[in-house]
Amino acid sequence: MSQAATELIRISGHAGVVPGKGLNREFQVCKLVDTTTCIGCKACEVACLEWNGYTFSETTFDNTYQTMPETAWNYWNLIKFNEHERADGTMMLLMRKDQCMHCADPGCLAACPADAAIVQYANGIVDFQEANCIGCGYCMTGCPFNIPKFDPPSRKVFKCTLCNDRVSVGLEPACIKACPTGCLHFGTKSEMKELAETRAEQLRTNSGFQDAGVYDPAGVGGTHVIYVLHDAKNPELYGGLPKDPTIPLSVRLWKGPLKWIGNFGIIFGAVGVFIHYLRFGPKVVKEDEQESHGGTQ
Amino acid sequence: MTNGWIDIKNTDMMLIMGGNPAENHPCGFKWAMEAKRNRNAKLISVDPRFTRTSATADLFVQIRAGTDIAFLGGLIRYAIENNRIAKEYLVNYTNAAFIVKEGFKLPEDGLYSGFNASTSAYDKTTWNYQEGGDFSGKTDAAISAHATPAPSHPATPAPPALPPNVAYDLTLQHPRCVFQLMKQQYSRYTPETVERITGIPKDQYLKAVDLFTSVRKDGDMKKVATIIYAVGWTQHTFGTQIIRTAAMIQLLLGNVGRAGGGVNALRGHSNIQGATDMAGLYDSLPGYLKAPVPDDKDLATFLKRTTPTASKPSVWDSMNYYANTPKFMVSLLKSLYGDAATKENGFAFDYFPKAGQDCSWTHIWDDMYNDKIKGMLAFGMNGVMIGPDTNKNINALKKADWLVVGEIYEDETSEFWRAPGITTEEQKNIKTTVYRLPCAGFAEKDGSMTNSARWVTWKYAAVPPPGQARLDQDIIAQIFLRVRDLYKKDGGKFPDPILNLNWAYADAAHPPLSQVAMELNGRALADLKDEATGQVIKAGQQLPGFAWLKDDGTTLCGNWIYSGCWTEAGAQIQRRGTEDPSGMGVFSNWSWSWPANRRVLYNRASCNPDGKPWDPERKQVWWNEAAGKWVGNDVPDFKPDSHPKDHMGPFIMNPEGIGRLFAPIGVLADGPFPEHYEPIESPIKNPLHPDQSNNPLVKKFNTPYDKFGLPEEYSIVCTTYRLTEQYHYWTKNNPMNVQLIPEPFVEIPVELADEKGIRGTDKIKVISARGTYIAKAFVTRRLKPMMIDGKKVYQIGLPIHQGFRGIDEDEGRNARTPANLLTPTVTDPNAHTPESKGFLVKVEKA
Amino acid sequence: MQQSRRDFFKVATVGAVGATLFGFDLKPAYAQLKELKIARAAETRSTCPYCAVGCGVLIYTIGDRAKNVTPQVIHVEGDPDHPTNRGTLCPKGSSLEQDMLNPRRLTKPQVRRPGATEWEDISWDNALDEIAQWIKKTRDSSFVEKDANGRTVNRCEGISFIGGCTDTNEFNFLAVKAMRGLGLVYLENQARV
Repeated sequence: MSQAATELIRISGHAGVVPGKGLNREFQVCKLVDTTTCIGCKACEVACLEWNGYTFSETTFDNTYQTMPETAWNYWNLIKFNEHERADGTMMLLMRKDQCMHCADPGCLAACPADAAIVQYANGIVDFQEANCIGCGYCMTGCPFNIPKFDPPSRKVFKCTLCNDRVSVGLEPACIKACPTGCLHFGTKSEMKELAETRAEQLRTNSGFQDAGVYDPAGVGGTHVIYVLHDAKNPELYGGLPKDPTIPLSVRLWKGPLKWIGNFGIIFGAVGVFIHYLRFGPKVVKEDEQESHGGTQ
Repeated sequence: MTNGWIDIKNTDMMLIMGGNPAENHPCGFKWAMEAKRNRNAKLISVDPRFTRTSATADLFVQIRAGTDIAFLGGLIRYAIENNRIAKEYLVNYTNAAFIVKEGFKLPEDGLYSGFNASTSAYDKTTWNYQEGGDFSGKTDAAISAHATPAPSHPATPAPPALPPNVAYDLTLQHPRCVFQLMKQQYSRYTPETVERITGIPKDQYLKAVDLFTSVRKDGDMKKVATIIYAVGWTQHTFGTQIIRTAAMIQLLLGNVGRAGGGVNALRGHSNIQGATDMAGLYDSLPGYLKAPVPDDKDLATFLKRTTPTASKPSVWDSMNYYANTPKFMVSLLKSLYGDAATKENGFAFDYFPKAGQDCSWTHIWDDMYNDKIKGMLAFGMNGVMIGPDTNKNINALKKADWLVVGEIYEDETSEFWRAPGITTEEQKNIKTTVYRLPCAGFAEKDGSMTNSARWVTWKYAAVPPPGQARLDQDIIAQIFLRVRDLYKKDGGKFPDPILNLNWAYADAAHPPLSQVAMELNGRALADLKDEATGQVIKAGQQLPGFAWLKDDGTTLCGNWIYSGCWTEAGAQIQRRGTEDPSGMGVFSNWSWSWPANRRVLYNRASCNPDGKPWDPERKQVWWNEAAGKWVGNDVPDFKPDSHPKDHMGPFIMNPEGIGRLFAPIGVLADGPFPEHYEPIESPIKNPLHPDQSNNPLVKKFNTPYDKFGLPEEYSIVCTTYRLTEQYHYWTKNNPMNVQLIPEPFVEIPVELADEKGIRGTDKIKVISARGTYIAKAFVTRRLKPMMIDGKKVYQIGLPIHQGFRGIDEDEGRNARTPANLLTPTVTDPNAHTPESKGFLVKVEKA
Repeated sequence: MQQSRRDFFKVATVGAVGATLFGFDLKPAYAQLKELKIARAAETRSTCPYCAVGCGVLIYTIGDRAKNVTPQVIHVEGDPDHPTNRGTLCPKGSSLEQDMLNPRRLTKPQVRRPGATEWEDISWDNALDEIAQWIKKTRDSSFVEKDANGRTVNRCEGISFIGGCTDTNEFNFLAVKAMRGLGLVYLENQARV
């Protein structure tokens, strides 16, 4: 028997042992996004869409190159554009690839009440398991980056998987592979962190960006998508990247007691079902069960 | 490109101007980013708009469209004034020291010597070198005494006759040496003048030219700068001259032939390089041989006119590679006419059509409008959309008898007869018969394509064409064979070239492209022997390269520069070797590049006159004294055994052997040095010479569509461009790309929007003297108002991608107005490319 | 759409030997991974048809090139061996799958007759015959053997050929050969504009 279940380190709404926690060597994957060499070409958007096979939604021109205002349930990767005029009058066109940050301490997972609807692998990827998703949308409130998106017809929430189907066979994610300028890079977290810091240092010494730095916010335990920014003091300039993202207090508060309850594992058989019941009533639970079954056929 | 995509990583400095590679060549642009990341290279972006290339630049400068020569001319001035030039390179590898004929006049008044106002053409007699020898420090009189007067034939256009023994002054002091003339020419391009013309504030301009020329600070030759451009430079009535100015800068700074240097045209379409190499242009033959003209009464006359003789200082050597023109031409005629091309009939030279006039793009539409051209075949070419002046082109097609369109999607050209605004009643009066033939997409065909870096790479077919669609080459073959059958059966006008055309492919109606590629490479028609090495090529065998071509009919070659692409050793263009021992991105074993698998052209110039690399860290080729030949990481672009002491010029394709700062007689139509002229539609009179504002050689057509706007009515400068999300008029059929940029837009400055009460996403009209374009406003700070010669001028820009056929067009979400409704039909007198950049418009709320 | 998403999320439980790469190894009860959609697809090397960078692309088609399979494109990505693009693609190259699987593709010859307001279908045979007759008619009526000065020119003045620049060298050479053979002088392509 292989170490089958030992690679999961977090499971949402789970009462009981998390099989992989603390057992694995650290071998965490990471995407590095160097916004200073991003050309906003959207190859990553198309590569994501193409690989994941989604159909198309109607977009409208909105006085920007940006494809749509925010990521969508079927559009997980979006370049955010900002025309920024610096104090000296020079223009900057700031472009940042927005997607799931794959937080080390994921707010979505913390907020999720459904057993194993969200899991975190030992490699750092935070993955939604649609079969187990009850569509409550709590993950959306738990995410400080506004990433998970709800699809009403299927009553499920979707987001970037970090191409775990590719990563699991040793390939890089689709967005990373496509990126023409190499502003996207993929590797282990420690390597990417080092590369990012080296680039930031280069920007500070050679390109006159004194505030260049790496975005790997501590409030969510660090992320498995990190950014190099020309101006790390003002991440908000980059399409509203939060300065100090944290898991909302509300999620922390109720999740604490829930976890305690879960540890006893006797009061509610399935916490997720109960919460879902409170929110949507029994009828929907049934539908969701059917949907789950359908999803695995 | 003189260099290549990957080679950009070797540079220290990039001037990107007249191009927007981040958006139009993203995957090639990675090498610019690599240079920044790994070498701390600097990037200067000069553009009418702050583009996504500018977003990665160390310095962005906003320029008025069409004023690039002023910018670059000022750069030449700055480099000379501040001694940031490559003196040794300049003296040895350029014509800086050559002395120009007496009587040559610089264009202080906008005209060079020899202008004939009645014909609007130049007599170029004085645009030539002085004959003589070494006149370093000597007087004019001494030179004149040695010179033999050049015979002049004013009645017939004189063929380029450069003196074999050029007068020179290696001290560069003679007042008529090229260097002094160039210095004088650009002394007028002061930062103040540049500011008046380009709208770039003097301090910003000085920052830019100081940064660029900093690679030659203190005479250091190690660093290298590259200049990168695209159609933002070519689409002007002085486009060729802009590029020449760039070439002059690169020669002046010693950047040509070097890794990380060069003058790099980023070509826009996947095989636009190959299509040019194959001479899909009226005035050229495959491999850049010149097309015959009516005065070439026979092959000998043609060869005499087109084969140059060396022209150089007597103490130097010149390879003058085009001396081999007869070998290339005869081998081509054998490829075209096969056995019918014999020594006795001048290799069927008479079969080849001789154009009696300018037959270039804009003339096609004008001559069709004037009822001269009655039929058109258009393959993969959306002529209505590409313009210029879409309306004129549509109205020309209405007059044609027939049109054949080979395409993979419905396009505006095949649907011209129901363009927006043409009613059903009007359609009934359009008598043109239109055939629309379904062709194959890229993945359905094999064959080779040549990228911008001259790499010829084979591709393989993955899927069959859909439905009844056929391979394009099969369609051409089948049309030709049916025409041939008609001539066989019924006879007709001069059927000989049709009946005798060499179409001996294994399956004539389905020519295998591998066989065509082998024809491009060339083969022996008789046993050949190299007397020096004893090597023998048997009749029927593939040739190893163009050195084997003969002018006696014993070799056949479709395109001499492709000779070497498919040899007896196999298809070089299918190679996939990924090794790069020098680490300089040469990749000699990946596919194959013309000529002779050289990756950087003129690479002899990467060494000093002694044959040692200017920068030992970036060694390309060098002289190996022990071996007695040139060796290196790339294939030497030079005579392999020419000892440095023989002083053979590195620019072996020029009869002078050197790089031309001064373009002598026969090279260009409109002047030996570039001069700033205003675009045909301009907001101001040329500050240099208001009475000669435009290029004097530009001609205008006379149809009712050829209208031009004046700045009093049309005060805004407009330019057109492509977006990274779309490809020309192609991806508007592709939902993914339409999702990225769903609608056309016009980028306008915030200040102009405020003035007109326009908000972002409002529908606006852009009106030129020729048409009205409707799209939503993209109000942006990336375009700023400019002060041009004391006048506030707005610049706007619009992408060209949308038309009247496409996903959004068919669903009624687009305004269905092609961008080229706006552009004028005027062209560059050298390249005949229309002026799509920098024309005048006005803007209104729709 | 519902149906297609179900298809799409057809998943595999990964737990077998050899699937422990990069920290994945799962117990089906907790998590399931999507299968790699190109795992056994046929791979064809091609060149992107758009700009002149000439990126190498890998076209993935269903089936393993066995005789009984009609290949259909399922995915395109960059060729990592190609020295220029090293696997990368721009937003146009990344969408090439749709250029091949596009319902808007032309699939049959059509003709628009003089005065017509619609297209009509035509067989290849008839289309090619008619085109050949047009070419001959126009050529014969516009052919100039000697110009006004008596110089041999042998040119056809009534027909023009315009070509795009995304087809192969070999196509371009054949087109130039055939058109020059017919005597055309109005021969131009995208390179001019």
